[in-house]
This record gives sequence, structure tokens and C-alpha cells, in this order.
Amino acid sequence: MTRTAPATTPAPAPAANPDAAATDPAADPLTIAGVRFSSRLIMGTGGASSLEAMERALLASGTELTTVAMRRIDPGVHGSVLDVLHRHGIRVLPNTAGCYTAGEAVLTARLAREALGTDWVKLEVIADERTLLPDPVELLAAAETLVDDGFTVLPYTNDDPVLARKLQDAGCAAVMPLGSPIGSGLGIRNPHNFALITEAAGVPVILDAGAGTASDAAQAMELGCDAVMLASAVTRAQEPVLMAAAMRHAITAGRLAARAGRIPRRHFARASSPSAGVADLGRAPDPERPAFS
Amino acid sequence: MTEDATQTRTTTPPTATAAATRPDTDTAPAATVTVNGAPRRIDAGLTLDALVATVTAAPRGVAAAVNEDVVPRGSWPTTTLGDGDRVEILTAVQGG
Repeated sequence: MTRTAPATTPAPAPAANPDAAATDPAADPLTIAGVRFSSRLIMGTGGASSLEAMERALLASGTELTTVAMRRIDPGVHGSVLDVLHRHGIRVLPNTAGCYTAGEAVLTARLAREALGTDWVKLEVIADERTLLPDPVELLAAAETLVDDGFTVLPYTNDDPVLARKLQDAGCAAVMPLGSPIGSGLGIRNPHNFALITEAAGVPVILDAGAGTASDAAQAMELGCDAVMLASAVTRAQEPVLMAAAMRHAITAGRLAARAGRIPRRHFARASSPSAGVADLGRAPDPERPAFS
Repeated sequence: MTEDATQTRTTTPPTATAAATRPDTDTAPAATVTVNGAPRRIDAGLTLDALVATVTAAPRGVAAAVNEDVVPRGSWPTTTLGDGDRVEILTAVQGG
């Protein structure tokens, strides 16, 4: 007796999702100063335990724009963050971290332009070592000087709608309000101010500083931010690669949610199953049952 | 870059690194400059190009300022250093 294998019919191909392209982040790019980015996550590189750990986190994050700091050259250091960024085609965004005056920040930006061949700068002018909060007066002065000098200026700023507007009016290509102090992981302390900033802004708004975990990044996007910048939340996480991927997904999710338009908050429930057609299963009417509405 | 020559020459003996930048100590007058915050004896008239070469061989990613003015890389070979000049040589590092 011989057996033949039963003829199998191939499984039908799943129907194509007609909305797949519309929900792909690549179909909804971020544009800063005319440059388009598929990723809305700007990464910092500070705090990583090694260049190799930083590289893996950057890849997991999907970032296309990443900050570096300018420091005195150390002849003993081999391997460069620039090599890593270059290898993966990630655009470099020099910052002016560590500057306390407009003059220092302007000179640092000009050195970065000379060293890195980019006129983009993430402008930071810090007022206080303990909080690392921006000095708004020096920040605005530096922004005006650098814009006049042809720079594309992305200022790290307070979560102040008035200052954000003045920076935009000065010609900044984006505004980067802080959610909470750098490295604090305290999230967005003033969501209302973020909403005010994003509603009024004519340039991209980028959460900068304070994100501690993925929900903070998603919240920023839901509040109308165009992108999120973070470093410590990933580089100092116990598993930086996993957190980098989490941030990537959270930002995509938050952006989709913001575009989708959330439902209004209600005080009471609103049934999602129909109230008509409920079977009579012997439940007696209860005149004591409280009715809300 | 010799306009700020008010700083007097120090009596600190030249370090090994500084000596490497002064191969011909008998013919050129010495000068003391500050390189990234540290004093360095050099031959007066040493070019910025030659000074940077003693710190790094990196062909890109490096910028220099002399007395708080950025000097474009193309001008390094023609920028000479004199007593009291403050030189900052920077590169990109992990940050932000």
C-alpha cells in the first residue's frame, strides 16, 4: 500500500492593508530648515558607557540627527563619535553645551562650523550649573547673532511660550523647550505650556531634556511636538538598546495619536456596545439602581 | 597673532612635547603660548598648522581659535604664533 501526501492548497495571501503607507513614519517626515527626516527622534551621545554602546543605541533608535559637544582635543583618545555618525549616515548636530554667555556660545558654534562643516547648531546657553536651565537673556542674544551669521539655530530653551515666540521671531529654525532639567528624567512638568508653545509655533517644536521613559516621549508628541531630543534616558538606561527602540516606537505612536485626534475626556462612561437589543435574562428592574447622566 | 605680547616669558623649562616643536632651538627666539589651557614653549613664528600637527593628525573634525578668534583651516599654514597667544584646539566628542 502506498500513500501519497494529501494535496495542500496554498494559504491565500492576506489582503493588503490600504492604509499601510499612510501610517508609515516615512510618509510623514519632519522638516527642519528645508531638510527632511523620516525619524522624529534626535539623539544625544552623552552618557554612553563606550562608543560601541553608543553606536548600538543610535542604530536601535533609528535617529537621523545626533548631537555632539565641542571640547579640547585629547591626543590620547582613539576612535571618534564622528566616525560612528559618518559610518551610518547620521547628520551631526553640534551643541554649545557648557557655555554660560552668548559670546562663548557664538565662538563655540563658529568653531563647530569650522570643524564639522555644518552651519546647524543646537544652541545651549546655561545659567546655572545645578539646574542647567537656560539663561534666556544670553540665549536670545546668541540666537540673534548666529542667525545673522547664517547659522541654522535650534535653541534649547525654557518651556516659556513667550521666549519660544521671541526665538522664532529671531529666525531660529526650531525651538527646543525643556520638559524638565537635563538628565533629571522628570518628564514634562508643564504640559499646558507645551501645548501653548506647539499651538502657536510656526517652526518645529522639539522636546529637549527631561524625558525619562517612553511615555514621556509619546506625551510630547501628543502635545503637538514635532520631534523629541534625548540622551540620558537611553544612554543611562539599564539596557540602552531596548530603551532606544522603545523611544522610537513611542515617538511614532505619539505622533500618530496626535494626528488621529484623541477623544474628548468625559466624566462618565459612554458604552461602546449597543444598548438596544439586550436580551431579557430574567433580571428584575431595580428602582434603587442609581442613574447618572 | 602677535599683537598680544604683554605676557612675559616664563622660566619653566620646556617639556618634552614642547621640545619636539622646537627642533632648532639655537636659531629661533622662543615664545610661550597657551595650548588648550597649558603653557607651551615654541619657536616664535611657529605656524598654527605645525602646532596642531603636534596634537592631532586628524584630517577633519578639528577647529582652532587663537585669542578667541576662529582661524579657518585653510589659514593655519600662514598663521604664525607669538608670545602670549592663547590657542584652543577643539574636536567633537560625545555629548548632548
